[in-house]
Amino acid sequence: MENKDHIKGWGIDADAKNDPTYPIKKKLDKKDQTGKTPEQQPKLVEVLTSVERPSLSAVFGDSVPPSGVSGRIRRFAFEYGEGAFLHWLPLIFADRVNEIEGIVDDIKKGAFPDILSERGMKASWKYNKTGVIKKVVLLSLVSFVTIRMLSGKK
Amino acid sequence: MRAMNYRGPKRVRIEEKPMPEILHPQDAIVRVVRSCICGSDLHLYNGSVPDTRVGSTFGHEFVGVVEELGIGVRNLKIGDTVIVPFNISCGECVFCKQELYGNCQEANPQSSAVGGIFGYSHMAGGYDGGQAEYVRVPYADVGPTKVPKGIDLDDAVLLTDVVPTGYQAAEMGGIQKGDTVVVFGAGPIGIMAAKCAWLFGAGRVIVIDYVEYRLEFAKNYASCEVYNFRSMQDPVQAIKKLTDDLGADVCIDAVGAEAAVDAFHTITGRKLLLQAGSATALEWAINSVKKGGIVSIVGVYGPTGNFVPVGNIVNKGITVRANQASVKRLLTRLIKHVQNGIINPKELITHRLPLEEVADAYRIFSDKLDNCIKTVLIPSAK
Repeated sequence: MENKDHIKGWGIDADAKNDPTYPIKKKLDKKDQTGKTPEQQPKLVEVLTSVERPSLSAVFGDSVPPSGVSGRIRRFAFEYGEGAFLHWLPLIFADRVNEIEGIVDDIKKGAFPDILSERGMKASWKYNKTGVIKKVVLLSLVSFVTIRMLSGKK
Repeated sequence: MRAMNYRGPKRVRIEEKPMPEILHPQDAIVRVVRSCICGSDLHLYNGSVPDTRVGSTFGHEFVGVVEELGIGVRNLKIGDTVIVPFNISCGECVFCKQELYGNCQEANPQSSAVGGIFGYSHMAGGYDGGQAEYVRVPYADVGPTKVPKGIDLDDAVLLTDVVPTGYQAAEMGGIQKGDTVVVFGAGPIGIMAAKCAWLFGAGRVIVIDYVEYRLEFAKNYASCEVYNFRSMQDPVQAIKKLTDDLGADVCIDAVGAEAAVDAFHTITGRKLLLQAGSATALEWAINSVKKGGIVSIVGVYGPTGNFVPVGNIVNKGITVRANQASVKRLLTRLIKHVQNGIINPKELITHRLPLEEVADAYRIFSDKLDNCIKTVLIPSAK
């Protein structure tokens, strides 16, 4: 092996005992296996809980409780175990529904979302003009061809 | 207060949100002074992580000043500037007692597999994150560490995730002196993993990616060999040729679910979400490690399954090691490495933007514009 002196810190943390079971090998004594449960955070909003857990965790996030149609789908999803597709696929579907709910909420508040700004188009235009132009041209072409095909059918 | 607000795939904006409140005796409220966008935030940004709700605030890499404390917090005082590990850990459960701080049992009601993570969807506990002016920090006596002398804020913010995750990637590789280590991915984590591989005595470190400017950065920052897999007909075969035809001793997957190139993984994993992300890098890692070697995974994948060659894991006798970094376990050692100039985290930062420009910051980082390696958001609240 060639000399590695030019690399600052080379081998400083080398550990011949670092075997594949680390850090699981740092198992506690049987008597310590249970650990402790910290004080429970009060539940002030609806929190969905995995069916594979005995209860709420001692602390949890309270952001964006389930609501609307997406909330109903999420509640359905949480009736299933964490490995089930009936858990994850409805959650992904709920996310897509939630995006539409978000747009509807914005409109209800009197402001249509500025989707171009939200997608960081200013940065795209500044650093990748060619890419933006290509996308616009491609989108225009696809739209044009689609409209022509649809109008041709009539 | 102002905070980043997720509106759907690839749509984020700044919005006024209520100030976070103390909800538990061990909570703190922290005023954020630096917050990064992480590669794993892109999984959320792209809508790939289930239960990412509209209205959520992302951000699990942040440092800030303690503004308010719950009655049970003993180790911090108002005005302390703290490094906040990305994982939320109670310090008391059976996993925290084994220093598995990334696997705390008492921080996430939505999943038994995933621990609590700031700003990382309801799959990781439903916490608002640090891409905001203020953030609630649970278990403030356990995770947060005061920023020590000699560590500036730009170094500190990278000690919340990038440095520990890169370091643990190398540590889990079980690297022995003289080993050949191949790191897949030249993002911030991959670059840091390559840098840290030397600390464990690697004899050779190779980084694989397709983004030329990142490979160039990795070569200079981590003193490693770099290869663009787009110039390789078959990356696995090429790596074997580079490693005496036997394969690398250790392979590190520092890419995760957003891996590019392979059409099958991209379509099934990223477009149709039939896999928990695109597992191209993991497949290459398994196939290019030598028999009896170790594959270390720090790339993030979703909760469902992935198509990876399990048969090759068995037939080659590979050990697979993976985890979320146990930041608290590693912080003391890593702070010393930064103070001694062995690791220079802030050199990774290429872009500093005000929090208000979060949408552009995500676009720059996501599309790798303007030679971006790492983006830091700076809130203006004082």
